This record gives sequence, C-alpha cells and structure tokens, in this order.
Amino acid sequence: MFWTYAALLLLVFVTANVYGRFRAMQVAGRQLSALHSRPSYHGGYLAILAALPAFVLLIAWAVVEPRLLDTMVISAKAEIVEGLSKAELQAFLRDARAIAFGGIVAFSDAGKEQAAEVFSSLAQTSFFLKTTLIIALVAGGLWYGNRTITPAMRARHFVERTVMGLLILCSAVAIFTTIGIVLSLIFESLMFFRQIPILDFVFGTHWSPQSAFEGAGAEHGEANTEIFGAIPLLVGTMLITAIAIFVAAPVGLLSAIYLSDYASTPVRAIAKPVLEILAGIPTVVYGFFAALTVAPFIRGWGESIGLSVSSESALAAGLVMGIMIIPFVSSLSDDVINAVPQSLRDGSAGLGATKSETIRRVVLPAALPGIVSALILAISRAIGETMIVVMAAGLAANITVNPLEAVTTVTVQIVTLLVGDQEFDSAKTLAAFALGLLLFCITLALNIFALRVVKKYREQYD
Amino acid sequence: MALEMTTDTESAMNTMMSAPPAISAEGETLKMRGRDVKVFYGNKQALHGVDLDVRKNQVTALIGPSGCGKSTFLRCLNRMNDTIDICRVQGDILLDNDDVYDPRIDVVELRARVGMVFQKPNPFPKSIFENVAYGPRIHGLAQGKSDLEDIVASSLQRAGLFEEVKDRLDEPGTGLSGGQQQRLCIARAIAVSPEVILMDEPCSALDPIATAKVEELMDELRQNYTIVIVTHSMQQAARVSQRTAFFHLGNLVEEGLTNDIFTNPKDQRTQDYITGRFG
Repeated sequence: MFWTYAALLLLVFVTANVYGRFRAMQVAGRQLSALHSRPSYHGGYLAILAALPAFVLLIAWAVVEPRLLDTMVISAKAEIVEGLSKAELQAFLRDARAIAFGGIVAFSDAGKEQAAEVFSSLAQTSFFLKTTLIIALVAGGLWYGNRTITPAMRARHFVERTVMGLLILCSAVAIFTTIGIVLSLIFESLMFFRQIPILDFVFGTHWSPQSAFEGAGAEHGEANTEIFGAIPLLVGTMLITAIAIFVAAPVGLLSAIYLSDYASTPVRAIAKPVLEILAGIPTVVYGFFAALTVAPFIRGWGESIGLSVSSESALAAGLVMGIMIIPFVSSLSDDVINAVPQSLRDGSAGLGATKSETIRRVVLPAALPGIVSALILAISRAIGETMIVVMAAGLAANITVNPLEAVTTVTVQIVTLLVGDQEFDSAKTLAAFALGLLLFCITLALNIFALRVVKKYREQYD
Repeated sequence: MALEMTTDTESAMNTMMSAPPAISAEGETLKMRGRDVKVFYGNKQALHGVDLDVRKNQVTALIGPSGCGKSTFLRCLNRMNDTIDICRVQGDILLDNDDVYDPRIDVVELRARVGMVFQKPNPFPKSIFENVAYGPRIHGLAQGKSDLEDIVASSLQRAGLFEEVKDRLDEPGTGLSGGQQQRLCIARAIAVSPEVILMDEPCSALDPIATAKVEELMDELRQNYTIVIVTHSMQQAARVSQRTAFFHLGNLVEEGLTNDIFTNPKDQRTQDYITGRFG
C-alpha cells in the first residue's frame, strides 16, 4: 500500500515538473528572459509543492498508524484485554491483526475475532482518510503552485532552499544516529554500573564474567563484583596495538616517503593503488591468515629456538593487524608529505642538501604533526579491530606484556559476551555495553587529539 | 642524469681549479660561462643555444617577458633543473673551469658553491637560527657550537637582518614578515659561503620598502659574491645590475653593460621590450 502511494506520488512529481516548466514558458510568452527563474526551476517548484507535503504525510502515517490502531483497539475492547500481561497483550494484538489483515494466526477465540473486526473497520477509515488527505494535498499544491507561476516568481530560491533542507535532513540523520548510539551505550552502561561499581570495573584486575552466574540467571542474586575488572583486557588491547604500530609505523612511513619523493610516476601509479588494496581486504580474511598461517609459523619458529609459544599469541594477531593498518599509515603520511611545499624542498636542495638530508631535516619535521595524526588514526583503528583478534589472539584474560602468550582484547570480550542466548538485564551482558563505552571513550579521545594536531599543522605554512 | 658522487670528484675539481681563470676582453674575470646551452622540457625546447658569461663580483640581471627562458637558464647554473624529471640540458656551463654538468661533479658541492634564493620566500618551518644553521650543518662547516653561532650571526649581519632578529633567534622563521623572510633566505644562502648567488625574482613577493632593502643588500653582497638575478622589473635591473642580458622566446637577444642596454640597445626587440611595447 505504502509503495503504491509512493509510486503514484513520484508520478505526480514528474508530471508536475513537466507541467510547471510548460506553464512557465506559457506565462513568459515569447520572452523567456522575462522569467526571474529558468523554466526548469518552475517545474521543480510545482513538483515540490504537489508531491512533497503528501509524501511527508504518507511517511508520518506509516509510522504512526499501527500504534494508533493498537491503542484504539485496546481502548475499544478494554473488557477483553483487561488483566493480560504485556507479552499476552502483544500476542493478542498480533493474532487479531492476522485475522483482520491475513497472516498466520496462532489460535483464535471470540475476543480476538471481535478485536479483528475493530481492526478492519478502523483500517478502512484510516485508508479513506489517508487517501482523501493525500489527494487534497496534491490538488491544493497543484492549484496554489499553478496560480503562483508568474514571470516575477522566485522559483529558483524556493527550489534551492528545499534542496538545502534535504541536505540538512540527511546530515542530521547521521548525527542523530551517532548521538542515539552513544546514548544507548551510556544508559546500558549506567545499568551495569548500578550492579558493578565503576571503579571495580575500570581498575579491577580479574576478568572472568563467563563464570559469573554458573547455572543461574539474574535471579541468582547479586553479581560478583570482583570478576569484572577491565584491566587485563586493556593490557591485552594495548599490547596488540603496540605490536601492530611497531610493524605499521616504520613500514608505512618509509613506503610513504618512497612513494612521495623517490618513486617515479609510473611506479607510484601502480604501487599506491596496490598498497591501498590492503585496506580493501576483509578483516576476516586477515583473521584466518593470522590464525591459520602466522600463528602456527610463530609457534614453530619459537619452538625451534626453545621458546614456549602459545598457539594463539598476541604476536601473531599484532603482526597481522600491523599489516592491515599499513595502508592507513602510508596513505595518510603520503598525503601530508606531499602537502609539504615543493619550495621547501627546492630551498634545501639549493643549499646543497641531498635528497635524504632534505627529507630527514626539512620534509619530515614539517610533516611531523600530520604523520603523528596519521599514526593516531591508525592506532584507534587497531584498538577497535575485532575480527583478527577474535580469531588469533585467544580468550585468556592474562595481564602480560609477553607477546608470545595468549591475551584478549576489549573487542574480543564484547563479542564473546554477546554471542549466544543472553538475558539483556544480567551484569554479564551489560558488561559488553560498558566495555563498548570504554572503547568509544578511548578512540574518541585519540581522534580528538589527532584532529587537534592536524589543525595545528594546517596553520604551519601561512 | 647521474648524480652519484665519484671518488675522484675532489681531485678532478682541484686540478681544474688550478687552471688560470677565464678573462673577458675588458680584463674582468668570468666566474661562470654558458656555451650553446639548450634546454628541453620533454619535447618542448625552452632554450635555443645560449652563450652567456657571468662576471665575477658583478650583478648580472636576466630580463625578458614571461616564458622567455631566463629562469630556466638561471636554474641550469646550479643544476636545480635536475629536480624536474623531464628536463634535459645540452651544452656547456662552466664554473671557473669546471663543467657543472660533468658527471664527476657532485651536485651537492656545486650547489654549495652556487647558492640560490627563490621567488617566494621559503624559510623552513624551523627557528631563525636553525634556518641559517641548516647549510653549515649539512656541509659540516662549523667546528663546534660557538663557531656555528658565529657563522649564523655573521650571515644574518651580512643579510642586514641581524639587528631585527638578534633577540628572537629561537622564534620560527615563518613568523617573520615577507621582506624579513627573504633576507633570512639570503642569509641562509650566504651561510654556506657560496661563490655565486642566484636570485630568481627575489623581490616579486615583496613590498617596495622590503624590495629597496634587498636591492641595497645585493649591492653590498657584490663585494664578496657574484650575483645573477632574474627580474621582471626593468627599473630593478637598471638599479642593481652592472650587466644585463635580454632573453626572448628562448634566445639570448642581447647582453651588455646595463647602461648600454637601457639607453642604447642594439636590437629592435630589446628596444621594444624596455620601452614597454611588448612583454
């Protein structure tokens, strides 16, 4: 039903557009230049007036209608639904709807039949009301628009402003989604912190929430506050991130220097896209590369020189993650190194400096803030990375800085906490939200820091 | 183009430097000599065989309309064209008696002898002190810290900037005014004790007062250095230079004493250009 109306409105939009254009030319007569706006803007003006209000109504109706119908049915049949629990009420309404509009009915009874009758009569009224309103809006828009198309009419301004409104709406969607996600993280985390003191969580050194309610659910009683210490996860995350940066920073930076200052144009044209392909490899592929190829290799290598290496090691995950973030470092560093003005390189060369002296003493110091921010962005990417560590780093929440042992990270624990059947009000599940919030705060702080460094860098040459 | 430093560079230079300097008909020492210099950017020829001498301790001005090849010629003198991939240079350019395009010549050493100041002031994003100390550091010219400080101070003094910046040598060079930045770049070039200083429109980004200071400076620097300047301002060429060369469409049209070029040009094109009929 919704899509039929949407298609009809699209048709109205196109037709009104064509007609508005025609009408504007008719009004202008032979002198097209007498029009304030080009005829196509008049077309857009009429089309927007005719179709947009009706379309907004259509969407609003689709959002509000089901809930409104439910409320009206409940109030009409109050004597039947009285005393039903929330879940029973939902089942009742679901069945009544199925009877009225077709669908799979669990089991029917007289009460549901009656409710279904109310449903269908209400739906019919709603349908007529909706259709009448839409037709009225379209007709009103067409009539008003048609009447106001005159040579002096500022159709261009109207269309431009509507387009701007659309752009604002789209960016607002992104912003409000972000705010919504953050708020949900915060509220769920607050519920968690009601059970587990925040200090026990942030500074606790023991992490084993899987053993929190062995054989029992939330009704088991108080959660054990001792087993939600996030420190082992943070240590694991830091260890793996450090290994990754240790790999990615030199490799990425040096390849950026090669690409920007040494590579000939054909080499650069091929090498840069190839490097960026690394960024396009799905992380799950990196994950099994780490788990099935790198980890056994490191284990074998370690044993051959007499070291005990666990089969899931921080080193394997860190190395592969480092390879994954090389393109972030190299691509961003390449950009900032290229942004260093050629005049500085010339100035240095003109004093008799060699290429490597120029790069070490002039280009890199000038690009340093940008490089730092590239590294920080890569770090925050590494901290948030999940798939590789899930597959290759293990689950043991050890506090260790030995890269040959298994560690676990914040993201891995979020995954394991939320995989499988969950009660959404147990401390164990809510811990995932608290971890998410912690992760978000860390990466947000890093990103803000990086952006500040970049901003400072931009002011450097002027 | 091969830029490798060869082991016999130094000995080659020493033997060549011991030869007597070239002398002009008027008895002046010729510091640099260009013979049949041709420059190509890809398939486009920018210079069509230029013969031009630069006399020691004089200011030589290169003038001409945009795209005439004067900057290209200037950049051949210390091989700054090497940084452009598609650029090819033919012919001979001699510094004293050394061919600067000889594969045995180390371009790093060449540029230490033939310094350059650019059109737009390009101080490094470092402190004023570090800007001037840059050249001496990379060439290892200073024996210790106090020696380096002396070099920096004397270079700034000779560039006429010392009094203005002596209390803030630690501040970034980019924070100076345009004219001060350009004098800082000149100080930076002087600090490596070059024999020749090339200036590519050094005043085109400066206001008249800063321009006057730089011009005054050029006249003083002439005592110790040989200067080649590219300029769009004919008044500037007339004010600062002893000799002037007029370029047009990649050819050297006329070269001579500045006074002669501006008062009594031999070529019709020079006449047209200096009287503002074209260009």
